[in-house]
Amino acid sequence: MMRVDRTEAWLLGAGLALALGALVLPSWLTFLLTIAFAKGLVVQGVVIQMRAGLVSFGQGLYYCIGGYTVGVGGQMVGVHDAFALLLLSMAAAAAVAMVLGLLLTRYREIFFAMLTLAFSMILYGILSKSQSLGSTDGFNVRAVTALGWAPGAGGKMFVYVLTCGCAAVAAVLLHRLSKSSVGHVCEAIRENEVRVEYLGVSPRWMLYATYVLAAATSALGGGLIGMATGHVDPEMAYWTTSGEFIFIALLGGISHVAAPFLAATLFSTVRTYAIQFVPHSWQMILGFVLLGIIIFLPKGLWSLFRRTKAEARA
Amino acid sequence: MTATPILEARNLYRSFGAVTAAKDINIRIQSGEVVGVIGSNGAGKTTFINMVTGFLPPTAGEILFNGRSILGQAPRKITRMGMARSFQVAQLFPELTVLDNMLVALSIAESGYPSFLRPLRNAARIERAETALAEFGVAAFRDHPVTSVPQGTRKLVDIAMALIGNPSMLLLDEPTSGVAVEEKFPLMDSVMQVVRRHGVTVLFVEHDMEIVSRYVSRILAFYAGEVIADGPPAQVLDDPKVQELVVGHGGHGRTRRAS
Repeated sequence: MMRVDRTEAWLLGAGLALALGALVLPSWLTFLLTIAFAKGLVVQGVVIQMRAGLVSFGQGLYYCIGGYTVGVGGQMVGVHDAFALLLLSMAAAAAVAMVLGLLLTRYREIFFAMLTLAFSMILYGILSKSQSLGSTDGFNVRAVTALGWAPGAGGKMFVYVLTCGCAAVAAVLLHRLSKSSVGHVCEAIRENEVRVEYLGVSPRWMLYATYVLAAATSALGGGLIGMATGHVDPEMAYWTTSGEFIFIALLGGISHVAAPFLAATLFSTVRTYAIQFVPHSWQMILGFVLLGIIIFLPKGLWSLFRRTKAEARA
Repeated sequence: MTATPILEARNLYRSFGAVTAAKDINIRIQSGEVVGVIGSNGAGKTTFINMVTGFLPPTAGEILFNGRSILGQAPRKITRMGMARSFQVAQLFPELTVLDNMLVALSIAESGYPSFLRPLRNAARIERAETALAEFGVAAFRDHPVTSVPQGTRKLVDIAMALIGNPSMLLLDEPTSGVAVEEKFPLMDSVMQVVRRHGVTVLFVEHDMEIVSRYVSRILAFYAGEVIADGPPAQVLDDPKVQELVVGHGGHGRTRRAS
């Protein structure tokens, strides 16, 4: 049987502790953390691809598909169960990714990046013109239930706990993936595709699988955001939204599965306070933060932890 | 009757626009042979290797591996059938350590497609990878990132990765190119030792005539896309046509053979 290693135990423990935090933390903080962890999940999708050497400028596509699936499921189809909605979100995203992936995995680097961007902007355009889906205003997401139980006034709290749970489970699985043969082969593809082909594996189909997995992961985050904010709109697929996910991915770095969650939390916090104190130039503050990270911590925030560990060993 | 050759090329042609890089190539290689391929730059050696490994489709002709046609197969399929190759410039995963390079190769070789949830590192796999590195005498570098190891070591790791899937045939593309002169013979000694131990058939492209004549039992001399001589080293290297067109052009100009 598979054993839970130290990192996995730590991730599950952190997820549990944060979920229990719902009992003591103020609601503004649990809301901030819900958004941060859900975004962290979307960013995991960006990071999975980065490990394999692909940079997606259009991950907002799957974030948006996740959010809209939850919205449409509740408003128009009559599915209200949170778990069913999240599974539907992931399935919808995976289905779209399976089609788009056939084309996208033929491309690399900037061509791949721009094509992903193009697809997300196409969805933005379609949603903006769809009156039945609220055009540019989007629409409200119905309150969700959980296996027949309606959280009612505790809805936000429930979504927070759900997000902590999803984040912890996803983190464990993605950690396991990164340590697995497939995870290493993906890194190998980033380093040298030709060699991987000559070892007997198709780099293209590995990247295809990676792309579909990344789509499902990001859609999970999008679905949770839809539930948490109670609203979805086409901005979710806009290119600046995708840019934000790359920003967070760079902020955290790709070396550890916890990094995107940490970076998303920092991002949400900096943004909240920056908007509060300098409402008209908060983007400038984010810009300086990213500049600082790229110059001083090119491997992201997580390298701070790596460094302390290395120093402790020395 | 002779046995089915492990590799057979029949009437192989390949042209790039007006240039013919392979012209009516007919080759039969028997299992267990160590065959050297010589020829000046542009003679068609690499084109031949690329066609055999599925990287480049021939314009016409047939290639059989163990009696089965491999025409139109992707390189990965041909690798899985038992034909591995090394590269002129070692093709490794630069940010991974020497051991992880081996483990990646091994995990693919072992399981068909690599596992999603089982860790790359397990005791049995690490032991096998270490044994393979030790066979080539490069075990000391196991934890070094491949970018930091000497060129000769990189070449050996490249070959070790190709061999770890237990292929029946190995194509070596200029195994000693880019390696310091004094390292060439030790490198080839250790490669040939391992190859013989595993009973692998070898086809290797090489510019250095001293290396070729020392390690192979048969030479194919290429010139302008054609095989102009095929036979034991002594016979081929003394052939006046080879002397004029291949050895003279090779740039090394060395015809001296090891006795």
